[in-house]
Amino acid sequence: MTNQQLVNELAGHAKNMRRMIVKMLAESKSGHPGGSLSAVEILSTLYFSELQVDPKNPTWSERDRFVLSKGHAAPVLYAALAEKGFFPKEDTLTLRKLGSHLQGHPDMKKTPGVDMSTGSLGQGFSASVGMAIAAKMDKKTSRVYVLLGDGECQEGLVWEAAMAAGHYKLNNLTAFLDNNGLQIDGPCQEVMSVEPLDEKWRAFGWHVLKVDGHDLEGILQALADAKQVKDKPTMIIAKTIKGKGVSFMENQVGWHGNAPSQEQATQALAELE
Amino acid sequence: MTKIATRTAYGQTLVKLGEENENIVVLDADLSKSTKTADFAKKFPERFINAGIAEANLIGMAAGLAAAGKTPFASTFAIFAAGRAFEQIRNSVAYPKMNVKIAATHSGITVGEDGGSHQSVEDVALMRSLPNMTVIVPADAIDTAGAIKAAAAYQGPVYIRLGRLDVPVILPEDYKFELGKAVVLREGWDAAVFANGMMLGMALEAAEILSKQGIEIAVVNVATVKPLDVETIVEVSKQAGAVVTAEEHSILGGLGGAVAEVLVENCPVPMERVGLKDTFGESGAPTALLEKYGLTSEAIVKTVQKVITRKK
Repeated sequence: MTNQQLVNELAGHAKNMRRMIVKMLAESKSGHPGGSLSAVEILSTLYFSELQVDPKNPTWSERDRFVLSKGHAAPVLYAALAEKGFFPKEDTLTLRKLGSHLQGHPDMKKTPGVDMSTGSLGQGFSASVGMAIAAKMDKKTSRVYVLLGDGECQEGLVWEAAMAAGHYKLNNLTAFLDNNGLQIDGPCQEVMSVEPLDEKWRAFGWHVLKVDGHDLEGILQALADAKQVKDKPTMIIAKTIKGKGVSFMENQVGWHGNAPSQEQATQALAELE
Repeated sequence: MTKIATRTAYGQTLVKLGEENENIVVLDADLSKSTKTADFAKKFPERFINAGIAEANLIGMAAGLAAAGKTPFASTFAIFAAGRAFEQIRNSVAYPKMNVKIAATHSGITVGEDGGSHQSVEDVALMRSLPNMTVIVPADAIDTAGAIKAAAAYQGPVYIRLGRLDVPVILPEDYKFELGKAVVLREGWDAAVFANGMMLGMALEAAEILSKQGIEIAVVNVATVKPLDVETIVEVSKQAGAVVTAEEHSILGGLGGAVAEVLVENCPVPMERVGLKDTFGESGAPTALLEKYGLTSEAIVKTVQKVITRKK
């Protein structure tokens, strides 16, 4: 496959995932669209180009692991897992309903393919550091990937874990920061300044890359670069647009944790044709 | 009588387990000399992870190691494990039922001179409230060795509460620790004392004193606070008709709370609790603190005498 073919394929998966996110949220009538849509390209690239995983054997011991530390973006993870074949796509329409294996936030005990239960910010990232240490102890070649939010970087635990990953030189750990700039109460910079993110992560011993989080080629390149780093974990700061792909959701704080109505979903799906 | 701190027995058992089981890894938060995980760290440096002074991440990393198939023991002082990292334990360990063992040392007021800020008197209540969590409060070195081995063999989250102070070895060498089992150490019919941790030794002393007064009490080691051995507790309580609990912990929510819950639903009998009466500790020598806060064999004797007067 040429690089262009790969990018086209990833773009196709990204589109399918966005449509699934809109549909499942309209059906569940609650959930987090903004931060799910901003991370679509990151997850489509991970699941369809990077991660060594087997949908038929989700607990394969040699797999790469992915932790969605910003667990409220569960819809993008469920869309990726369904698109990859971990479970039927129609399951996504049971999101947040009683008895569903798709909980409001990721639950490793219920959903095939979920490597860590997350939702309480900072904790998934901390666990991913433990996973990377375990892989090093076992001299495994498998890698650990984790996605954080920028608002999440206000959690003290993020920096405890960042310090540990730098200290233990976890070059088998690649993190993405979904830098969409918004959190529930407003722009991150107004609520609690998180910038300069690149300098902060560098100071904690990380190799830092910056990409456009919707540029598939850029993400692919960053992931390839991360694997060349010998003695540091890599943080890929992905500049993204919250609500990306749905015009009325883009860059709107109000779409952090509100599901679209059926009419809004219809409009959104028309835009995502 | 030989005296060994339960933390010391923990450190020694951990080394033995490390030799037998390569899957065991140990984490600490800059307190390895005090928690005694330093013994393991020295022997198996490649399986020891220092989190630094970062207890939230200590528990988070332990969860990640467990998710990757390891059996992690994470240690720090009880106040920082159950207290500071409570929500990490809840969401990253108990909720996904991770195979993480939290061995928390320096529990209770026998921490001594460091004072109330460092004396955890509420950790059992916190840990006991978590679904999926097993809670063990061993009494001495023998009990601790058994508890640590049982915790390692069990799949799932375990909180083990250990002490700083050297305490007498009161259980026989051949004592068998069984997870979830309360063990009757002494039979008696006038009252029953359910105790754990360092208060078990004092309960046995109290039984001797009371026996000389013609009062015979049962003494039961309730090392596993959760899951509680309801059957044994109900059976012994019915027989004795009056109950006292004794623990180096708040009377709220710990062993006393757990036993009270069982009795009120199954066989209401007069009951009194020996423990910290909804108060923090303070600086002082451990023995002086035990005296001041009523955690002595004499206090158990008085409480037993009191509870017997309430029998119908």
